[in-house]
Amino acid sequence: MSKTALLMDFDQALERFDPVLGLEVHVELSTNTKMFCSCSTTFGGEPNTQVCPVCLGLPGALPVVNEKGVEAAIRIGLALNCEIAEWCRFSRKNYFYPDMPKNFQTSQYDEPIAFNGYLDVAVPTDEGVMPFRVLIERAHMEEDTGKALHQGGATGRIHGADYSLLDYNRAGIPLIEIVTKPIVGAGRYAPEVAKAYVAALRELVKSLDVSDVRMDQGSLRCDVNLSLRPTPQDRFGTRTETKNVNSLRSVERAVRYEVQRQAVILTDGGKIIQETRHWHEDTGLTTAGRVKEEAEDYRYFPEPDLVPIAPSREWVEQLRASLPENPALRRARLQAEWGITDHDMASVVNAEALDLVEATIAAGADQAAARKWWLGELSRIANERGLGLEELAITPAHLARIEALIADGALNDKLARSVIEGVLAGEGEVDAVIAGRGLALVSDDGPLLAAIDAALQAQPDVAEKIAAGKLAAAGAVVGAVMKATRGQADAAKVRRLLFERLGVSE
Amino acid sequence: MSGITRAEVAHLAKLARLTIDDEHLDHYAEQLNVIIESVARVSEVAGDDVPATSHPLPLINVMRADVQRPGLTNAEALSNAPAQEQGRFRVPRILDEE
Repeated sequence: MSKTALLMDFDQALERFDPVLGLEVHVELSTNTKMFCSCSTTFGGEPNTQVCPVCLGLPGALPVVNEKGVEAAIRIGLALNCEIAEWCRFSRKNYFYPDMPKNFQTSQYDEPIAFNGYLDVAVPTDEGVMPFRVLIERAHMEEDTGKALHQGGATGRIHGADYSLLDYNRAGIPLIEIVTKPIVGAGRYAPEVAKAYVAALRELVKSLDVSDVRMDQGSLRCDVNLSLRPTPQDRFGTRTETKNVNSLRSVERAVRYEVQRQAVILTDGGKIIQETRHWHEDTGLTTAGRVKEEAEDYRYFPEPDLVPIAPSREWVEQLRASLPENPALRRARLQAEWGITDHDMASVVNAEALDLVEATIAAGADQAAARKWWLGELSRIANERGLGLEELAITPAHLARIEALIADGALNDKLARSVIEGVLAGEGEVDAVIAGRGLALVSDDGPLLAAIDAALQAQPDVAEKIAAGKLAAAGAVVGAVMKATRGQADAAKVRRLLFERLGVSE
Repeated sequence: MSGITRAEVAHLAKLARLTIDDEHLDHYAEQLNVIIESVARVSEVAGDDVPATSHPLPLINVMRADVQRPGLTNAEALSNAPAQEQGRFRVPRILDEE
């Protein structure tokens, strides 16, 4: 189906050309209702059951803006260090494609609600992590389109289809489109910069709790613009726009691919066509789509059915004051507080355990213990069950209680794992599980000494070895006592009692 | 006010997915010119002190709460559709074979 393009070796391409990037990210908001009507935004409903005269573009229907959509746009703008427009309007973006029954998409054109911002990202390079500031051109409000199923033809694609079927449940769901200024100076790290930017943006938007930002589900979508020029002193070359880049890894790969593809064409004296290209996740290729219509072809004009949005400065400042801490700064702060290495911090972040570990420490647990449980036992269980850590039926408070009991010598790690199992099984709070399962450590010396004596009797040579200074032999006795008490003994205590019994000092 | 050209009419026709044969291009260019000239007279009346407007009423910030309201049923939504299939609107082939 797709023609394989000639590619130049990436390093060779970078010797000849300077890449210029631009990234457009669409964030689908998790509001209850659509941007301009009160239809549900729930994913996965039966086709055309979350529609009304407004989102179907029926004559006479009057759209009204969703306040939560505007609020989310302002919060995203503020988090990206943007200025917030004092007055702005929606525009109609006219085009002929049946994914919008109105024949236009309601968007913002020359009056975006947020503009002139930046996002600082950390780019991994061969020389370590490089800070890089990505300048934000604008963030504006618009609406999502419906979904088309292309029928007939071999591949379900629009090319070769006999007809198409349209479901407008998604039409009108609020989107925020975030557009960077041209990203220059990334050089050979352009792919990494692109990926780091999308990752940082996703994390930032997630912290605002305005979107699921799931790339795999389309609630965060990325289009990659890329052009090459001979040197950083030259004017920008003609760019292509690669759409459908739906994973962080693909963002990086798509940039790399376009650099390599365009380099061959330019080196051979060819011209880049300004066009939309489609990224294919399975093959890692892009194929040509439509030749991009010029902005004037969309015949933008102010949407006469909606009135201007003029967010009061009080509202903007109120939203600014309620922004959560920037996630990157928060990570740096927590890492310093916990005194752990970059590697250990990355493990916490990668396990998506940051909030849980922080909350567990706040509930009184030691940082090392909090990390140990969430990244070890609980990650393993979550993984087995195909759940996220957050979905496990155990809380930071439970773990803090378990840790407190370990510190008091009432539990050991083995018993703690059984307590966790019980909490996850819904047997109640930590203390109830301990009582219910009879898990408390044997703390009376009497039964422990009896078990020690029994073990020494069964293995008479052990006492001699220990007396002769071979302290490692104690392991055999401790093991036997642990077995006799079904694990409900504190191993360190058993060891201490054993040495006391034998009159040996450690 | 420079007039609309034949090429511009052809471009507009392409964007609007209208088939206009050569002889009609001049005809429409002429008609569109009349319309554009008429509208242009408004600009003569409006001075620099009159801002462009997009809405007849001086309203701002008309917004609604993010609360769901029932919309149309699937049958209602599709009731005026010329063709439907699998609960969806059926539309003719979108791309011409090129």
